[in-house]
Amino acid sequence: MSIWEYANPKKFMQTTGFLLPWVSGLAGLTLAVGLIWGYFFTPDADKFASTVKIIYLHVPAAMMAISAWTMMLVTSLIWLIRRHHVSALAAKAAAPVGLVFTVIGLVTGAIWGQPMWGTWWAWDPRLTAFLILALFYLGYIALWAAVENPDTAADLTSVLAIVGSVFAFLSRYAVLFWNQGLHQGASLSLDKEENVADVYWFPLLVCITGFVLLFVALVLARTRTEIRARRLQALIARERVA
Amino acid sequence: MTLLSVQDLAVARAGVPVLQGVGFALEPGRALVLRGPNGIGKTTLLRTVAGLQPPLAGHVEAAPDSVTYAAHSDGVKSTLTVAENLTFWAQVFGTDAVATAMARMNLRDLADRRAANLSAGQKRRLGLARLLVSGRAVWVMDEPTASLDVDSVQLFGAVVRDLLAAGGAALIATHIDLGLEAEVLDLTPFKARKVSQGGVRSAFDEAFT
Amino acid sequence: MIALLIRDLRLAIRAGGGFGLGLAFFLLVAVIVPLGVGPEPATLAKIAPGILWVGALLSCLLSLDRIFALDFEDGSLDLLATSPVPMEGAVAVKALAHWLVTGLPLVLAAPVLGVLLNLPVQGYLWLVISLALGTPALSIIGAFGAALTVGLKRGGLLMSLLVLPLYMPTLIFGAEVVKRGAAGMAVGTPLALLAAITAGALALLPFAAAAAIRVNLR
Repeated sequence: MSIWEYANPKKFMQTTGFLLPWVSGLAGLTLAVGLIWGYFFTPDADKFASTVKIIYLHVPAAMMAISAWTMMLVTSLIWLIRRHHVSALAAKAAAPVGLVFTVIGLVTGAIWGQPMWGTWWAWDPRLTAFLILALFYLGYIALWAAVENPDTAADLTSVLAIVGSVFAFLSRYAVLFWNQGLHQGASLSLDKEENVADVYWFPLLVCITGFVLLFVALVLARTRTEIRARRLQALIARERVA
Repeated sequence: MTLLSVQDLAVARAGVPVLQGVGFALEPGRALVLRGPNGIGKTTLLRTVAGLQPPLAGHVEAAPDSVTYAAHSDGVKSTLTVAENLTFWAQVFGTDAVATAMARMNLRDLADRRAANLSAGQKRRLGLARLLVSGRAVWVMDEPTASLDVDSVQLFGAVVRDLLAAGGAALIATHIDLGLEAEVLDLTPFKARKVSQGGVRSAFDEAFT
Repeated sequence: MIALLIRDLRLAIRAGGGFGLGLAFFLLVAVIVPLGVGPEPATLAKIAPGILWVGALLSCLLSLDRIFALDFEDGSLDLLATSPVPMEGAVAVKALAHWLVTGLPLVLAAPVLGVLLNLPVQGYLWLVISLALGTPALSIIGAFGAALTVGLKRGGLLMSLLVLPLYMPTLIFGAEVVKRGAAGMAVGTPLALLAAITAGALALLPFAAAAAIRVNLR
């Protein structure tokens, strides 16, 4: 029994068909608990007043935006190396989800930035890096849409995901160099003293878990759709042969 | 010694299997003509043999650096002269057969003319002259005689006969008689079948078994 | 490979557009910007490094789709792929030809346009150096983008969408060199980073681009 068994679309469909409702339900539950806890049962912060509460959307969305691209990079590599169709389709399925998380991160950031920094948008390194990440997502999605043959599209987008990852990483540090920003440091880390207070930290952890589960559920559902669409295409093509 | 051997080859166009179970071997001095109705997959087969696309199943074996491919389009640059076009390919393949190639394909009078000012047939002759400057032994050709007149067809037939006499081999998709002693392979029986009738499965289908 | 370089250069010169168009576009950018932002010398001096770099980048972008598309259309790319020239080498040579035809003239013309934009005197040397170091990266990154979209019928717009995000690190460090140079500050760090990006791109991207072309020819 190896993990690659799940690369078989049939096996994948069976397993995820069973898992999907549970993951979705758990995601809904965790998000509900985390957000309600965060929004209604935590005190206002000294510096930030009630605006701090957007952290429960902003931080998890931003984390997932990066995680989604990382997942696309890994699945693209698996497709290029082992030619598992499920892997390529999972990368395709994750891209729009990742883009939406990126946009949520940007929009909630703007909403938070307005009262705090007095501006909707600043060319702060983190914000700029996220904007660039959104552009990478757009290019990736557009390339999938433009190429007709699905295997060709999978190959090209995989190469783009790898090269794009390197350049997205470079951009991240280039913009840091280009402009020191307004953005506060990371809100979460294990080794720093200056973390958010425990009272915000626990609901935030719950929200992050919820976003991860939400991402998994959305990607599984979308991958299942892609597999079905691909299967349909293959069957139609096969009928045409005769 | 076999110059080119193809075993149990299945090829796909845009992911759809078109031919399966194709097999043949080319010995030195032999020519093989591929026949079959339009859309059967002649071009796809030739591209696979030339190494431009991977086979769906089966093997293509050829001596390294022995195959040269002539596609529908000639790869002629219209702003370069005939001689410049040929010299470029001669340099790419590391030969110096430009003068002889122009003589053989009756291009000498056109040497300094820009390819933009050539007729379709003349351009085709230039494209075929590229095969001569490649210096390779196995010519894989896709409808080489398209837009050639009767004299040029005979001229090219003689060029291919010389190749065969010199120990080369040719794989040609054509409906025109080049005046060669060639075996004919009709591709119609190799048309890809439905999976339920023993057809090859594409990679995505395989995953579902 | 040298034959391929000579052929590409010859094609670019005969077709006419090669040298001229990119340069003309660069000039237009340098003319349009003062018309848009106003003629105050102080403002122009401040934005000159950025505008010159953005202009160079856009001029490069204009001619990218010609790197492979013409060869793809007339079948040369198929023939090249079955020739003894390795595709990685062909990509590198074609990017070099693109740089000689587009990037190099931009490097040489940039100081003249710097005058139009009132670039401070200390900036000229760094403008030329940063463009000379950075434009090869623009050409090879662009060749990668062109390779990804070579099989597509209307790939030009998509290619811009793919290539521009990849250009950002080069742009940031390149413009930073000129900005710091013009302000009389030390330029060592951004210059080294710019050179590193160019070197890395030149070393690795030909492989990615060649892989993309092989996929597209399939």
